[in-house]
Amino acid sequence: MTKLALTSFILLFVLTSTRLYSQTFISGTITDNKNKPLIGASISLKDSYDGAVSDSSGHFQFLTEETGTQTLEATLIGYSTYSNSINISGDSLKININVKELVTELKAVVLMAGTFEAGDQKKGAVLNAIDIVTTAGANGSVTGALNTLPGTQNVGESTGLFVRGGSAVESKIYFDGNLINNFYYSSLPGMASRGRFNPFLFKGTIFSTGGYSALYGQALSSALILESTDLPEKTEGNIAISVIGVGAGIQKLSKKKKSAWGITYNYTNLGLAFKVIKQKDDFFKAPENHTADANFRIKTKKGFIKYYGYFSTDKVGFRENDIDSAELKNAFSLKNVNTFQNITWKEFLGSGWRLQMGLSYSYNRDIINNKLQNDKNETQNIISPAIFSYKNYGLSSPSNYSQIRFVLEKKQKGLNAFRFGAEEFYSSEKYNYTSYDGGVYTKNPEEFLTAIFAEKDFYISNNLAVKAGLRAENSKLLNKWNLAERLSLAYKFEDNSQASFAFGTFYQNPEIENVSQPVEIGFAKATHYILQYQKSKGSTIFRTEAFYKKYNNLFKTANGGTDYVSNNGFGYARGIEIFYRNKGAMFKNIDYWVSYSFLDTKRDFLNFPFEFTPSFAAKHTASLVLKKFVLPIKTGFNASYTYSSGRPFYNITYSGGNSRLLEYGKTIDYHSLNFSMNYLPALGKKDSKTFGIWVLSVSNILGIKHIYGYNFSAYSGRKVAILPPSKTFVYLGYFMSFGIDRTEDVINNNL
Amino acid sequence: MKYILIVSICLLNNTLFSQSKKFTNAMKTNIESIDSSFNNAESLLKLANSFERIANAEKDQWLPYYYAALLQVNYGFRINDPNRMDEIADKAQSLINLADSIKPKNSEISTIKSMISICRLLVNPMQRYMKYGTESNKYLDEAISYDSSNPRPYLLKAQSVKNTPEQFGGGCGPAMPLITTAIEKFKNFKPESDINPNWGLEMADQLLNDCSK
Repeated sequence: MTKLALTSFILLFVLTSTRLYSQTFISGTITDNKNKPLIGASISLKDSYDGAVSDSSGHFQFLTEETGTQTLEATLIGYSTYSNSINISGDSLKININVKELVTELKAVVLMAGTFEAGDQKKGAVLNAIDIVTTAGANGSVTGALNTLPGTQNVGESTGLFVRGGSAVESKIYFDGNLINNFYYSSLPGMASRGRFNPFLFKGTIFSTGGYSALYGQALSSALILESTDLPEKTEGNIAISVIGVGAGIQKLSKKKKSAWGITYNYTNLGLAFKVIKQKDDFFKAPENHTADANFRIKTKKGFIKYYGYFSTDKVGFRENDIDSAELKNAFSLKNVNTFQNITWKEFLGSGWRLQMGLSYSYNRDIINNKLQNDKNETQNIISPAIFSYKNYGLSSPSNYSQIRFVLEKKQKGLNAFRFGAEEFYSSEKYNYTSYDGGVYTKNPEEFLTAIFAEKDFYISNNLAVKAGLRAENSKLLNKWNLAERLSLAYKFEDNSQASFAFGTFYQNPEIENVSQPVEIGFAKATHYILQYQKSKGSTIFRTEAFYKKYNNLFKTANGGTDYVSNNGFGYARGIEIFYRNKGAMFKNIDYWVSYSFLDTKRDFLNFPFEFTPSFAAKHTASLVLKKFVLPIKTGFNASYTYSSGRPFYNITYSGGNSRLLEYGKTIDYHSLNFSMNYLPALGKKDSKTFGIWVLSVSNILGIKHIYGYNFSAYSGRKVAILPPSKTFVYLGYFMSFGIDRTEDVINNNL
Repeated sequence: MKYILIVSICLLNNTLFSQSKKFTNAMKTNIESIDSSFNNAESLLKLANSFERIANAEKDQWLPYYYAALLQVNYGFRINDPNRMDEIADKAQSLINLADSIKPKNSEISTIKSMISICRLLVNPMQRYMKYGTESNKYLDEAISYDSSNPRPYLLKAQSVKNTPEQFGGGCGPAMPLITTAIEKFKNFKPESDINPNWGLEMADQLLNDCSK
C-alpha cells in the first residue's frame, strides 16, 4: 500500500512537474543607436533554450516556460551585447532593445588619403601581392608596378621614385619599418637602375604619395613601406634560369612550423642579352652581379623575429660619345659592393601593448672610374681646355649606415590606438676623389639623426576616423630640431563610399655628401594637403585625389658645384589624379586598371636660376594595365600602356656667379606598350613535385622612340638626346619551385 | 526518514531525467528541422541560434556547439556575400572552438573546421586559395586520422575535387573514387546516438548522380 502511494505520488509529481509552468509570451524590437531596426540579432533568456532571431523589421517574439527573475540577452555581430534582468510572471512582456554599433575593422572607414595599399588580407588594398609581379613593364621590380599608379612619373633616365613633382631623393623606402639606404642598384649616368629586392620577399606594400604617418620621416614626397612575409607554407627549393642569369634558393620550414630559414643566390650577366639586343652604348663590361641573401624567421610566444641579410657585388662599364667633342668618348665603369642587414622583433606584450623593434646596418661602396678615350679606346689626358681634364677621374665612396628603432603601440577601445617610438640613424659617407693629375681629395661627412614620434588613431564611429601625429627630429650635422605635424581624417558615407583628407609637414635632411662648406642650412620642408574620394563596389574601385604641396627651404647650389650654399629654394606641386580598377570575376573577365595624373609643379632648387617646372615632371601621365588568365592554356597575358606628355629640359650655364638659362624646351611625348605572359605548365597536375613558370616579357613592343631629355655641352652648347639603352627589351625566364616536404617525410618514415 | 530519502532521490532523478530528456528532445526537434531549413538563409540562422542557446545552457555538451557551428557556416555559404562571410566564419569558429575544448580530437569537429576554411576561401578564392585551400584539406586529413570510418570528411573531399576546375586537376573524374568511398562509408556508419551527426548521405547521392550523367 505504501508502495502504491509512493508510486502514485511520484507519478503525480512527474505529471504535474511538467505542467506546473505556464508559458509567457515575450516580444519586442531591437534597434541600433540611430533607431534603425536590426535583422538577425539573437535574443535569448540566459541559461534557457528559449529565444528568437529578429526579423527584417527588428521584431522578435518567443514563448518561454521560465518564471521569476531572468536575464534577457541580445547579441549581433558588430554590435554591443545587451543584457538585462526581467521579471516573468505569466503576463506578456514587450521589450524594446537598443544596442550600439561597435567600431570594427570590417565596417570602419579606412584612413587612406594619399595611400595605396597592396596586400592580400588588408581592407582598402587596391593591389595584391601578385599584381606587383604580373604587371607588364614592371619587370618584376617592386617599384615597377607602382609606376602604373597615379602620382608617379616615368623618368627613364634617372633611378628612383618620382612622386607628385618630387625628386627621387624625396621618396624613401622602408623594409619592416627600417630605412633602406640603397634600394636600387647604383645609378649609371642617363639610365634608370632596377630595385635590388625580389618582390616575393614582401607580403604587403603601403605606397604613400603624400600625407604619410608620423612613424616615418625624412621624405618630402613619398614613403614606400614594405612588409616582409611571415613563415612559408612549406619547405621549398627553387631554381631560376633566364636570358639574364641563373639563381637558386631554398626555404626550410621547421617541423613544428615555428621557424624557417632560407638562402638564395643569383647571378646576373647581361652580356648575352646585349649581344642579341643592340644597345645604344658600347658596353665593354656588360652589367654583371652576384647577389646572395639569407633570412630566418622565428615565431615567438606572441610575435615574430625576422632577419634578412643581403649581399651583392656589381660591375658595369660602358662607353659613349663625349658630349663636348666630336671624336672623343667617355668610358664609365662602376664596381659596387652592397650589404643590407635587417633584424626586427614584433611582440604582443599583453593588455593591448605591442612592441616593434628594429636594427639595421648597411654598407655600400661604389668605385667609379671615368676615362676620356679616343676612337681606339685609348685614354687621353687632355688638360686644356680644362673641361676635358675633369673627365679623367676616380671616385671611391664607401658608406656605412645604421638604424635602431622601436615603436610601442597600445590598442584601445574599438579600433582606437596610441603609438609612440624613437629612432636613431647614423650615416657615414667617405668620398675619395682622384683627379686627372693624381691629386686625391677626401671628405667624410657624418650624421646622427634622432627622431621621436607619437600618433593616435581615433575612431569616433564606424563612419568617422582621425589620425593625428607629431614627429620631432634632431640633426647633429645641422645642429637643428624640427617638429612635424600630421593629420588625417576619413568619413564614410551611407553608400559606403568615403572621403579622406590629409595634412602634414615633412622635413628632410640635405644629402650629406653635399654639405661640406661651412654654411648655415636647415631642413628642407614640404607641406601636403590631400583630398580623396573613393568608392568601391563589388570588384571595382574608383578613387580620385586632389593635392597641393608647398615646398620651402629647398637646397641651392652655385656655379655648377654640387655643394649647398643655402636653403632658400622653394616651390609647389598641385594636381588631380584618378584611378579605376575592375578586377572582374575570377578568370572570366579581364582585370584592368587605369590611372591618370595631372601635375602642375614649379620649383627653384639646386642650380635653377629661377622657379620653373623640373625636368622630372610631366603634366599628364596615364597608364592602362590589363591582365587576363586563360585557364585552358594555363597562361596569363599581361599588357600595359603608359603615356606621359613631354617633359621640359633646360640648359643652365653660369656666368659671374649666377646661373642662367641658355636654352629650354620640351621633349616629345612618351608612349610605351609593354607585354608579358606567364605560362604555368604544371598547373593542376596533382602531386606534381615541381612547379614551373615560364615568363616572357617585352617592353616597348612597338619600338616607339623615347627621348628622356637632353644633355648639353658646357663647351659648345651642343644638344644630345638622352635615349634608353635600347628601344625594346625582351626577357625570357623559367622559374621552378619544388616542395621537398614529402620527400623528407618518406626519408623520416624509413629511418 | 527512509521515505523522505526515497522521495528526494526520486525527485532528484526526476529533475535530472527531465533535464536530459528536455535536452535530447530540444536537440531532436532542431535536428529534424535542419533539412527543411537548408535552402533558406533566415531559417538557417534561426536554427543556428537555437542550437547556440541550447549550447549556452548546457555548457558541457559539445553537440549543440557543433550543430550551431555547422548551421552558421552553412548560413555563410547560403548568403554567399563576400563582405559578410569573414564575420560569419569568425562566429562559426568561436562555436566550434568551444565544441573542440569539450571534445578534443574529434573527427566531426575537424570536418566543421574544414568547412569554415572553405567559407573564408570563398571571400576571394583567387587570393586566398593558397592559405585556406591548404588549411581546409589539412582539417579533412585530420578528421580522417581521428576517425577513418566517418564518411563526412570523404564527402567534403569529393565535393571539393568535383568543384575544382578540370585544369586544376578537379572535376567528376578524379572525384568519382572519393564519392564511392564516401557512400561506402555512409552505408557502414552508425551514429553514436540519435542526436550525433548523421548527415550527408543525400549530398553524396546527389554528387554521384551529378557525376553519373
